[in-house]
Amino acid sequence: MTDPNSSVSHLELEESKKTFLDANELVINMGPQHPATHGVLRVILRLDGEKVMGLECVIGYLHRGVEKIAEHRTYTMFNPYVDRMDYVAAVSNGLGYCEAVEKLLNIEAPPRANYIRVILTELNRLASHQLWLGTHALDIGAMTPLFYTFRDREEILKIFEKYCGARLTTHAFRIGGCQYETYEGFEKDVKKFLTFVAPKIDEYEELLTTNRIWVERTKKVGTISAKDCIALGVTGPVLRASGVKWDLRKAQPYAAYKQFDFEIPTGQNGDTYDRYLVRMAEMRQSLRIIQQAVDAIPEGPIMAKVSKVMKPPVGEIYHSIEAPKGELGYFIVSDGSTQPYRIRVRPPSFVNLQALDLMCRGQLVADVIAVIGTLDIVLGEVDR
Amino acid sequence: MCTGWYTSDMAPVATTFFFYFLSGLAILSGVLVITRKNPVHSALALILTLLSVAGLYLMLYAPFVAGVQIILYVGGIMVLFLFVIMLVNIERSEREKQFNQQWLPGILAACGLGLLFVLIYVKGKALFSQPVITMPETENTQRVGMMLYSNYMFPFEIASLLLLVAIIGAVVMAKKRI
Amino acid sequence: MPGFITNYLDKNVHVTPGQYGSPFWALVYILLVFGGVSLAVVCMNWLERKILAHMQVRLGPMRVGPHGLLQPIADAIKLILKEDIVPEGADSFVFLLAPLIILVAGFSVYCVIPFGPTHAITDMNIGILFMLGVSSLGVLGIVMAGWASNSHYPLIGALRSSAQMVSYEVAMGLAVISAVLMTSLNPAGTGTLSMIGIVQAQYAQHTWFIFKFFPLGFIAFFIFAVAMVAETNRAPFDLPEAESELTAGFHTEYSGLRWSLFMLGEYAAMISVSSIAITLWLGGWMRPFPNLLQGPTWDLAFSLFPALTFFGLAAMTFYSTMRMPKHPYFRIQTIGLGAFGGVFVLIALILLIPRVRDGVQDVYWFVAKIAVFLYLYIWYRGTFPRYRFDQLMRVGWKVLLPLGIGVLMATGIMGLRTEIWDFVHRLVHI
Repeated sequence: MTDPNSSVSHLELEESKKTFLDANELVINMGPQHPATHGVLRVILRLDGEKVMGLECVIGYLHRGVEKIAEHRTYTMFNPYVDRMDYVAAVSNGLGYCEAVEKLLNIEAPPRANYIRVILTELNRLASHQLWLGTHALDIGAMTPLFYTFRDREEILKIFEKYCGARLTTHAFRIGGCQYETYEGFEKDVKKFLTFVAPKIDEYEELLTTNRIWVERTKKVGTISAKDCIALGVTGPVLRASGVKWDLRKAQPYAAYKQFDFEIPTGQNGDTYDRYLVRMAEMRQSLRIIQQAVDAIPEGPIMAKVSKVMKPPVGEIYHSIEAPKGELGYFIVSDGSTQPYRIRVRPPSFVNLQALDLMCRGQLVADVIAVIGTLDIVLGEVDR
Repeated sequence: MCTGWYTSDMAPVATTFFFYFLSGLAILSGVLVITRKNPVHSALALILTLLSVAGLYLMLYAPFVAGVQIILYVGGIMVLFLFVIMLVNIERSEREKQFNQQWLPGILAACGLGLLFVLIYVKGKALFSQPVITMPETENTQRVGMMLYSNYMFPFEIASLLLLVAIIGAVVMAKKRI
Repeated sequence: MPGFITNYLDKNVHVTPGQYGSPFWALVYILLVFGGVSLAVVCMNWLERKILAHMQVRLGPMRVGPHGLLQPIADAIKLILKEDIVPEGADSFVFLLAPLIILVAGFSVYCVIPFGPTHAITDMNIGILFMLGVSSLGVLGIVMAGWASNSHYPLIGALRSSAQMVSYEVAMGLAVISAVLMTSLNPAGTGTLSMIGIVQAQYAQHTWFIFKFFPLGFIAFFIFAVAMVAETNRAPFDLPEAESELTAGFHTEYSGLRWSLFMLGEYAAMISVSSIAITLWLGGWMRPFPNLLQGPTWDLAFSLFPALTFFGLAAMTFYSTMRMPKHPYFRIQTIGLGAFGGVFVLIALILLIPRVRDGVQDVYWFVAKIAVFLYLYIWYRGTFPRYRFDQLMRVGWKVLLPLGIGVLMATGIMGLRTEIWDFVHRLVHI
């Protein structure tokens, strides 16, 4: 995974520097069946006692060939497949894909559809962050936040279910807008959820933010500088925690994000604690966006005029959105037929995972777990 | 509710049996220590030796020494022994030639030690002319404490100083950079 | 009745069976304690899952029996029936021996735990030393298990736990010494290591040692309370078996009955270290205010507590019974729960009989104090994240150890304050 030419030195390079004292180096195979690798990530750890000398990620255990499948499906038929990549933030995946194809077709979704998209995407961001928080805390040993976050995530999934019938792989959006009009009482449900969840976020913070053990376990752990982040292409909360104010919702506004007023939370140190704080602040910002969107949701059609058989012009397009985990990009090459010639997805988890070796080197085994948790990877997206 | 202090005057049960049982166990496991090829098995046998010696101390009405034997040797030192042994590559050490082949010096050393023991047993009565003080079990620990902090204060302090030096020395040797 | 039974009962002796020198009574007590602790472990298993579940907005076991009451039994049956796997390449002798060592170490310490002035198997002159020594044998079992499994995760777990337990034993020992030092504050000037003696010293000094020389006693107790969590490998010091890092630590490769022996040993150790803390600082078997609230009225009032507790439990059970769903599917469970409440009422009624009432008093207070500690264990587990290894070591060596030495010295100075004062006085007047 790591580039041998970069400053991040490769494991093989260290082989020659081996001395007599390194004879007791322990090689541990963490995963693919391991409680803390978030799925089927396999990490080969090289340990000196408890200290990590280096690690190598082995991925591909969940590879389903999503990109290849796309070449044999029409644009509409491929839409549900993208939900299966980052399955905890399926709505974002769908949004990115639909917008990319819309850009290729040169059409635009109507304003009401854009507002619905923003509401659902932000709700999904919240759900994704809640799931991250629960599992991250569980990895570090705090059991309780997991159950709190799952209790509150349930409310979001209920709204999804009411809206489109599915909870996880929602397939909520269509190319050109949304398939479904909001159900009756949608706004009321969302507003009720907003008032419900705001104190709950305080509750998570109460359990962790000032908890001494939590702070000690996360501060100065897995530190990564802004320079390294940019060099490795790391995006999302990990990049922002290192102090770079980069959020595609502000940098290249898509959907209806231009209309909303929100902040981009950033950190300074780029350690696990900062990433935790950034994500917690992002949850609150998401609430702000949802509140504004629900208050100002316009009336009108939810679907643009799209022909039944989509035949985009020959050409290629790259479109990216800010998924909960970072920049999610779709590169689509069209040969003018009903099926894409090639689709390449730029999944944030895959790129962020590259930083694992750099972030873990010289730390302890327990920190590897914390760093895997803080990168917030989803293996479905890494392997595709 | 409160029962007050009491003295125990119960007679020990089956003294002879326990003496031979514990001694036999100590000797047997002592032999195992030097005959096992796997160092972990040797260490476990050594633990058994130390435990049976602790039992023998108990039979000598020295519960304090027995307790210290268990807490220090078995619970502390032997754990560190195992700790080190576990990190050594055992497969390799099993394949390697054992260097306990020097049986002649070994026998000589054992004979010398045996001679020393016999000498002490024979001459000991003259050296320690006082009769054996028998003290009740309930007071043993208190007496040991009194003795350590009055008559044997100086050796006690010397011993603690020695240990302190050993600790500092170990840290200096193990740590490359302080 | 054979002579050795009647003799012991008639004599109404104020000694433990071990001191009385009766192997028969010692055996009876051993069986009672062993059975009691095993039962306590089973109850603890259920309670931990339920309490933790309710802290975490979930229900915990609900299926096996009413409110999952039969879950521990179902688990036990499952574990016994499971295959006992010895991994390939493991040192099978050491591998099979390790859980037994942990179990023996966990249960041997109950020899000297005084559940009452006479309710102990025996009273040793070196009681507390024996307890610390034997409980430190448990680490041997962990090390052996980790090494013999021939696997990396257990090995790291074993390395961690041996380092952790040896380190925290030091701080623990210092805290214990400061409590033992307090026992010597009597006219004779001799302290004691005997568990029963320590409680009697607290009675004689009219205070629990946690309040002695406030805050010195409290700090010593605090050191012990932290160290004892580390000693038993429980959250937040559960690194040896940190499931997110080392899957299950030293017992990763164990299955079935042998795995359950590890659990039994761990819970037994939790109870035993709690009882050390109770004996040393919280007045052991004594009821609250044994000196202040004396007299037959108070004695009677306090002796009603055991029965009241069981009446309370029965009331809770009956309340739950009434709240059971009325569906016929739940009929058997409802009847079972009601019967359970009935058993509680029966126990409470038995506890009202004057002779029983006076007899179980000491045991009741001791067990009640243990229950508080066990609740704390569960609470920690629900609240705290896990420490990292280097942080754990730092807490042990850089915080608890200096604190322990400081408390020990301060306790010594406080104990000798009149002598020191006299000495200074004389110096001034020379």
